[in-house]
Amino acid sequence: MAAPAIYGRPKFLTDAPFHYCPGCTHGIVHRLIAEVLGEKFEQDEVIGVAPVGCAVFAYNYFNCDMFEAAHGRAPAVATGIKRAQPDKIVFTYQGDGDLASIGMAETVHAAARGENITIIFINNGIYGMTGGQMAPTTLIGEKTSTSPFGRTAAANGNPIHVSEMLATLNGPSLIARVSVHDVKNVLNAKKLIAKAFQNQADGKGFSLIEVLSTCPTNWGKSPLEALQFVSERMIPEYPLGTLKEV
Amino acid sequence: MNLQMIFAGFGGQGVLLMGQLIAYAGMLSGKEVSWMPAYGPEMRGGSANCSVVVSDEPVGSPKVEDADVVVAMNKPSMAAFEKSVVPGGLLIYNSSLIDDKPKRADIRAVPVPVSEISSELGSPKVANMVMLGAVAKLTGAFSAEELVDALRHKLGSAKEGMMQMNREAIDRGMAVAEG
Amino acid sequence: MNRQMMKGNEAIAEAAVQAGCRFFFGYPITPQNEIPEYMSRRLVEVGGQFVQAESEVAAINMVYGAAGTGARSMTSSSSPGISLKQEGISYIAGAELPCVIVNIVRGGPGLGSIQPAQSDYYQATRGGGHGDYRMPVYAPASVQEAVELTQRAFDVADKYRTPVMILGDGIIGQMMEPVTMPEYTAPAFDRSWAATGWKEGCGRERAVINSLYIQPDVLEKHVNKLARKYAAISENETMVEELYMDDAEYAVVAYGTTARIALTAVRRAREDGVKVGLIRPVTVWPFPEKAIEDAAGRVKGMLAVEMSLGQMIDDVRLAARDRCPVRFYGRTGGIVPGVREIHAAIHAMKEEL
Repeated sequence: MAAPAIYGRPKFLTDAPFHYCPGCTHGIVHRLIAEVLGEKFEQDEVIGVAPVGCAVFAYNYFNCDMFEAAHGRAPAVATGIKRAQPDKIVFTYQGDGDLASIGMAETVHAAARGENITIIFINNGIYGMTGGQMAPTTLIGEKTSTSPFGRTAAANGNPIHVSEMLATLNGPSLIARVSVHDVKNVLNAKKLIAKAFQNQADGKGFSLIEVLSTCPTNWGKSPLEALQFVSERMIPEYPLGTLKEV
Repeated sequence: MNLQMIFAGFGGQGVLLMGQLIAYAGMLSGKEVSWMPAYGPEMRGGSANCSVVVSDEPVGSPKVEDADVVVAMNKPSMAAFEKSVVPGGLLIYNSSLIDDKPKRADIRAVPVPVSEISSELGSPKVANMVMLGAVAKLTGAFSAEELVDALRHKLGSAKEGMMQMNREAIDRGMAVAEG
Repeated sequence: MNRQMMKGNEAIAEAAVQAGCRFFFGYPITPQNEIPEYMSRRLVEVGGQFVQAESEVAAINMVYGAAGTGARSMTSSSSPGISLKQEGISYIAGAELPCVIVNIVRGGPGLGSIQPAQSDYYQATRGGGHGDYRMPVYAPASVQEAVELTQRAFDVADKYRTPVMILGDGIIGQMMEPVTMPEYTAPAFDRSWAATGWKEGCGRERAVINSLYIQPDVLEKHVNKLARKYAAISENETMVEELYMDDAEYAVVAYGTTARIALTAVRRAREDGVKVGLIRPVTVWPFPEKAIEDAAGRVKGMLAVEMSLGQMIDDVRLAARDRCPVRFYGRTGGIVPGVREIHAAIHAMKEEL
């Protein structure tokens, strides 16, 4: 019989307990990133950038040198870091409000430049930290604190498909959308996150992994219902898969 | 010395370069100098002008309002800057393009037919060098050698082939100013 | 060293390169375009990096990233673009990162004009962005001084870990003057705070480049620490030039380009027999309060001259402490006050006071 696998804390996570709500999948994604980094790199080879939003304290969790960026500016900050420290692996961790609303310009242009960085994009269709307001990725019909009657295209505009949009650019080496709502998808997400970091190490340029994620608290759902919402409502709007690979 | 000058004309007449060369020549002879171009809407309609100060003292205002010397390369420039010449100052104008006579009687106005002269030399492009020679002579500020040095300094050795023509143009300008 | 004719914008850029600046992030806006243009070719020669950012917002955040690794970094812009950079400047001040920001001021408000102005004085000297912070601001009056102050700005930025601004205007940026590049050697600075890659046991703490202090008491402590730094900067870094002030009965106070125009006017007034001098703040923050206060006790009146409708005059009045009346002359909108106008304003002050 094979020895049982023993799980411990990856070296790329600090001892700080996550502050995330029960059923939120930020923790899963944090762990996936930390596992991938630990499997591939030494701590001093990596510099991360935290966003504004629920993951604002990511600098307390990722156990390497970290930056906290202004809202939406993580790709610009990462550009500055990577240009000054080209041998480091530089990544940003950003939510949908941060990346696809206030930081859209920074995202698109970092991608168009083919900036050799890795972006992990958490799409849960809502502003979590500020209390459940409408995000650029909120689904049509979805109720939020600023679309209390449900999002309509006429009143609130349409959801933005970030990965599809970025896949039209020449800069990126890898654009993929994954989910972490079940074990199979978690394993697949890790595979693509690993590929994104490997691309950077290989000097292939910009990569972005969009991770469909949950927000039970602001969605007003139980953790289980939230996972179901991802598979039943979000995936049809945001299909999983690799949208661009060079 | 405290020479306050305005060079004006339209873009392409080498007005800014003229000003720069005077400033370079001043710098090379150990003076304090400044060169300030008009930019943006002041240059609308393709006109260009710059202020140059050459002084024994550190330069105060780099923007010249009361000019000892105004060099006008075209009609609108003379219209715009004749009033900027201090009483007793010098207005040197391109009489090839300006058929009006200056209005003021309290200044010294010197016409220089720079286009004709440069055409005679075989290169309309050196019209500004003819004017520069005239300016140097009339102000007594610089010799032809100093201007050629400034030109070399500004353009670098790559343009050495053009030096002879420029030198001729400067000499002609000086000669015309004298006569 | 050779004296070279240099355009102000290019001289600032070259001075930065010679001060070890290897990272420049910018965005086109008149009248400072020669700075990014120069950097785009010059930094290639010295193994640096130039990025034309997608916006001024992105540019200052790229500075935040590069500066956070301890690298000498710079951005430049003009008034409307500097407004956009305020977010990043506030974060850089909060995170205590060294960098240099050049503002070649143009007329405002709004899109304003592209002609020279000094109407960003409040924004520059009051911080500009949100929060309790200060920023050293140097106001050069010549191209040579722009060179020297740019290099000093990098040193002060590193010494105090703060953003530093060079506050020029369209004239400083666009004019050419002879420049002698100083022989510059960067002092040694402790950069153990920088994020350059960390691992357990590497001899320093894990770097977190951050301006978020979510607990009010912790933030208060942090802001108090910043305040002590600003007090030290005020104490050590204030710069002012005084001309013809020994026997002066009147003083003109002006900075940057306006100060040199005022100087010509002061000389003319002296020729008329008016005992007038010039006080030129070289740092506009920290403001040379003591020099103004001392002079205010000696003169009959002061005249603040600005390319605005009067912003620095507030600082002059505060520093003068009512020891003498303070009058004002200024032009705005991109109009440069002329020698004649200032000369007349000096005489008007003399008649009145």
